[in-house]
Amino acid sequence: MMLEIESLWLNFGGITALSDINFSIEEGKISSIIGPNGAGKTCLFNCITGIYKTRMGSIRFLGRELVGLKPYQISKLKIARTFQNVELFNKLTVLDNLLLGRHNSIKSSFLMSGIFWGKACSEETENRRRVEEVIDFLEMEKWSKHIVGNLPYGIQKRTELGRALSMNPKLLLIDEVSSGMNAEETEDMSRFILDIKEEMGITIILVEHDMRVIMDISDWIMVLDFGKKIADGPPEEVKKDPMVIRSYLGG
Amino acid sequence: MATCGQFKTTYREDIKVWKTLWLKSWFAFLFMLMILFPILNPADCYLLYITNICGIAVIGSIGLNMLSGVTGQISIGHAAFLAIGAYTSAILTATLKFPFPIALIISGFVAALLGLVVGLPSMRIKGLYLLLSTMAFYFITLYVLVHWKSLTGGVEGIEVQTKIGSFELDTDLKFYFLIMPIVVLLTAFARNFLHTKPGRACIAIRDRDIAAETIGVNLFKYKTIAFGISSFYAGIAGSLFGHYIGWITPEHFPFSLSIEYLAMIIVGGLGSVLGSIFGAIFIIAVPEGIRLISHFLSNIYPDVIMKFIDLKGVIFGLIIISFLVFEPEGLAGRWEKIKIYFKNWPYAY
Ligand SMILES: Nc1ncnc2c1ncn2[C@@H]1O[C@H](COP(=O)(O)OP(=O)(O)OP(=O)(O)O)[C@@H](O)[C@H]1O
Ligand SMILES: [Mg+2]
Repeated sequence: MMLEIESLWLNFGGITALSDINFSIEEGKISSIIGPNGAGKTCLFNCITGIYKTRMGSIRFLGRELVGLKPYQISKLKIARTFQNVELFNKLTVLDNLLLGRHNSIKSSFLMSGIFWGKACSEETENRRRVEEVIDFLEMEKWSKHIVGNLPYGIQKRTELGRALSMNPKLLLIDEVSSGMNAEETEDMSRFILDIKEEMGITIILVEHDMRVIMDISDWIMVLDFGKKIADGPPEEVKKDPMVIRSYLGG
Repeated sequence: MATCGQFKTTYREDIKVWKTLWLKSWFAFLFMLMILFPILNPADCYLLYITNICGIAVIGSIGLNMLSGVTGQISIGHAAFLAIGAYTSAILTATLKFPFPIALIISGFVAALLGLVVGLPSMRIKGLYLLLSTMAFYFITLYVLVHWKSLTGGVEGIEVQTKIGSFELDTDLKFYFLIMPIVVLLTAFARNFLHTKPGRACIAIRDRDIAAETIGVNLFKYKTIAFGISSFYAGIAGSLFGHYIGWITPEHFPFSLSIEYLAMIIVGGLGSVLGSIFGAIFIIAVPEGIRLISHFLSNIYPDVIMKFIDLKGVIFGLIIISFLVFEPEGLAGRWEKIKIYFKNWPYAY
């Protein structure tokens, strides 16, 4: 198992955002987390990436405990994510946003970068090459030199996915792929996600509201409600679960 | 001719400074101009003096821009680091008889070290609170300068000599050829920094610190680097300033100097090296311009000069406010627009 979460709790003052969550994620699969608004899906992502500090529980990634690590340390283990409300570096170009995804792969010190000496120069070129591959993959050549803050929402979402991919992650967390997108953009995104799994072999955890997307591409689904896990299993099974139908699929 | 973008054969070309022959010739031209400029005006010491002061201000404003414009950590303590650079250098050369070049470098590092100390709380405090702590640091520094008389000479200040061996830097021209290479070097460093990994990381912290951290940016490390570089630049600028004017007192580093530096980067363009240069020249040149005009007018209307001097601050303030309102990207932003206009000329887009 790639990611193992055991009795994870998360509180905000009086609110329990996550209570006693247990699950594990298999390598090379697309696993989806669904649940109504406020169920705790984003909180779960924030716990895995170290943005929220959990009170109790354990999150193990490839055998390493993540609880207690800082977000930048977790990123070094090759976990990447996107955000529900696009969190791009708005004043930079698409290209620079993606290059930021290469942050961990560039080793030159700031002094070397400042005098642009030796490895600093060749490293920029090498990493630029990797980023151009991601840009090709996501079919966004024509946007690459544009300031990302001025681009349409759909392209911004894609840029964010690109930034995460530039990190060469082993595990990719995607929060709300299709929100605010039209049917065509949503379809493009689903295709990209499938390709990421199949061509790049990256394990994916998906949070998504569009049930069609979920049922189409997931290998495994977990259902959250009020911070509790109410069901998990393969899509066909979860679809039939009476608890899920009552509280989420809306009968 | 209108171009629709360039074809690059390698990515390496794309990140190089000298992208085109056009740029190369521009730099060559500027370089020649820099060397010939003082030689063509041998008699005009005033212009040379203003140029030197601009050069020093450019160093200081690039420093502040790295911290406040690029990394988003607003500081109003910049004058303190200039003072620390100036006094360190003065004390090292006068009391301890250090050669000037070594004193210059050490004063950069002393300022940088204190910058790191001021930067430490930036992990926990942000925005206004950080602003206040930089202000507090300024007033502590000023207090020390005024009261530690045995070291700093108190309010009377301290004399600064500039000798390299037996060679004395005693003219505007000699200082010009000292200051300009340093300006060029530090500008190049800042530009490279900004366009590579560390610069991108600092911008990421400014724009979205949470996202920055999840892609691997160690906030503490890069904020510290920004504070260090910023105060290093200020230390160098301060040291040069002290040596240039020859006598420094705490009055040379008033609180308003910090504000002036902030004005430079706002007018010039936050987060832009070119903007720091434009801004520094603008903020130094405009008051001089106002002074010259009022001088000129006073020959015609003798009492106008008093009114003009009173209004100097107001005019200055109005210029800054207009920039904030009409050109938030500063002079550098305007420059980019002009460039794009000419690139696409005669088409509108
Ligand atoms: N920083 C916070 N402080 C206090 N409460 C929070 C915080 N973050 C989340 N919560 C609460 O935790 C609960 C779960 O929120 P979360 O954002 O994880 O929901 P979600 O499943 O992602 O919902 P949505 O589908 O709307 O994105 C909500 O009740 C929310 O109000
Ligand atoms: Mg959410």
